[in-house]
Amino acid sequence: MALLQLRSVSKIYHLGGEEIRALDDVTLDIGTGEFVSIIGPSGSGKSTLMHILGCLDTPSHGTVTLDGIQVQQATARELAHVRNRKIGFVFQFFNLLPKLNVVQNVELPMIYAGIGGRERRRRAEHALDLVEMGHRLKNRPSQLSGGQQQRVAIARALVNDPKIIFADEPTGNLDTHTGEVILSLFRRLSEEGRTIIIVTHNPEIAAVTPRRIEIRNGKIAERVDERLAGLDRAAAQSQSGPAPSSA
Amino acid sequence: MSLWNAIAVGLKEIWAHKFRSLLTMLGIILGVSSLVAMNALVQGMENGARESLVAVGGLAKVRVEAQPVPVEQRHMRDLAVGLTMNDVHALRNSAPEAVKISPEMRMDGMNPTLAANGKTYRTFMTSGVWPIQAELMEHKIGHGRMFTEFDDEQARNVVVIGTGIRDELFGKPEDTGEPVIPLGRTMTINGYPFTIIGMFEHYESEQDRKARELREQEQRTRQAAGVTNSASGPQRSRGYGGGGRRGGFAFWIKNNTVYMPLNTMWMKMKSGQTNISAIPTLNNIEIRVADPDRINEALTQIRNVLMITHRGIEDFSFRTQEDWADQISTFISAARISGGLIAGISLLVGGIGIMNIMLASISERIREIGIRKAVGAEDIEVFIQILIESTVIAVIGGLVGLATSFGLIQLIRAVTPTDNAPVVTLGSMGLAFAASVTIGVLAGLIPAFRASRMNVIQALRYD
Repeated sequence: MALLQLRSVSKIYHLGGEEIRALDDVTLDIGTGEFVSIIGPSGSGKSTLMHILGCLDTPSHGTVTLDGIQVQQATARELAHVRNRKIGFVFQFFNLLPKLNVVQNVELPMIYAGIGGRERRRRAEHALDLVEMGHRLKNRPSQLSGGQQQRVAIARALVNDPKIIFADEPTGNLDTHTGEVILSLFRRLSEEGRTIIIVTHNPEIAAVTPRRIEIRNGKIAERVDERLAGLDRAAAQSQSGPAPSSA
Repeated sequence: MSLWNAIAVGLKEIWAHKFRSLLTMLGIILGVSSLVAMNALVQGMENGARESLVAVGGLAKVRVEAQPVPVEQRHMRDLAVGLTMNDVHALRNSAPEAVKISPEMRMDGMNPTLAANGKTYRTFMTSGVWPIQAELMEHKIGHGRMFTEFDDEQARNVVVIGTGIRDELFGKPEDTGEPVIPLGRTMTINGYPFTIIGMFEHYESEQDRKARELREQEQRTRQAAGVTNSASGPQRSRGYGGGGRRGGFAFWIKNNTVYMPLNTMWMKMKSGQTNISAIPTLNNIEIRVADPDRINEALTQIRNVLMITHRGIEDFSFRTQEDWADQISTFISAARISGGLIAGISLLVGGIGIMNIMLASISERIREIGIRKAVGAEDIEVFIQILIESTVIAVIGGLVGLATSFGLIQLIRAVTPTDNAPVVTLGSMGLAFAASVTIGVLAGLIPAFRASRMNVIQALRYD
């Protein structure tokens, strides 16, 4: 069974009596170890999809199975538990707590997992070493560059050893060079066997991932728009990227 | 998230906003310290008020007084014997609730004239009593001895006096500068010579004692500074009432006691004589009951005994200190309520301040709450964290308030050195602290609820 299974998932919002189908009958499988990008224009429903995949939200209809757990009817408490143990998040705006230093930020998910102080520290330092931030343990996020902050955020996402890492526009707030560094970090993590899902509208990022899922008007597009997926450029530059495939 | 972690986060949050937190705590600090200080003041007042109640024998003392025959029994008034020694013997034999009994016979006629040392003094009361009267009236012998039953049997001309009498006839030790103990001296009462065999201690309220000590201290410093008696000029009497302080009158009366043996009063001074009976007539009987909580039962028993000796004529009445005690209780509870109200309002305002600051704090930290939830914080964990933060503010405020209350009490003491000393009770401290913690928890409930119900997606998007 796939790590993530969506079956006929819909998400319907009611805004002033009007029904908005943010997601419309989406069926999707994502297996362990996959490196996937979810692409689509603004308002296409890709954020909603990510929220449901990331257990931040529950669908209106359909079933979501994450690592064998039925998520669609879970209580807020169970969702929090799944987020804590199975999922790591990386956000566009890093979302580090400004009052905590680097290592405390990375320890945060483990606090809610109930892990003891010494073990927390050890694992946080290990995760920071993985993203090459082991030398800035005591710094505040405000003392770091954007790229460094994002690496700390990735360390925080890794630290509970989750099944899936979600990244929402992880390079959206970074310059091109730093973005590439972060992207190569994701690629490395993927090569180490982690499941990574990146939500982006940046074609250059989408071009890196072996699998691309395009959302259009709340549905998964039959064919991925090549321009949106950065494949045209990839082809033009004849890069030796991974073989493109469509969902 | 463990409790300790939540407390640490709370402390960090308070430390990050030191000034804001201090202002928030101020309400709790003032509330707690005013509650404790007010309680201490009232407790001091109550102790002061109860002093004089204890000085006259406390709640367990009952005085049986002679009364005119009631209207409906007027036709039997020739049968009325009044309070007599028969009653005393009957009570001793038949009223076990009356554990101590002393008959009291006052000097007949006008105020007796005391004379000694070339001075005279018209006192208002001279009594013949049994030796146990000293115990009943909470007297303490300061010098010499109380007369004994043997003195009574022999009807000896001996007296025991209070310091007020000594002051009038032999001079105050404050004026002479040395102790004045007139033991063995002769004093005449209405011309009859008596030997002073004992003198009671000087009784005074705590307030008077403090005022006197302060005066003495000032005098000493003045003398040390080389100033001779600056309080020159004619003496000034400030009149009855012991300086007009509450309860001072009771002490003044007590200091003006003159006791002689009952038989001396009867046989030598010819008091308590009637022309219808050879039995000594008394002015009143002082009784101590076994248990002040069962005073009603005791009074019934005493009444039943006396109704037999009085042949059913109710020419006596009881005087207890219950009214006095009730007055004290009323006054104290009124002081408690008014003080408690002020402190309570202050605590309430403090609580509102905490709630206000917690609401501000969570709307500042919407994103933080979103992040915490995204990485796995349950709603209840967010709820507890906010609740603990507000409680930590209140607890710190409460502790600081307790410390402040001691300073406040020292200040009150320094400003009014002669007032009853404030008494800080553990109970009031506990109450104030518990109130501050309760307020902290209550003030945190609404903000904590709001924070815990925040939508994680919206909170993460919030700028």
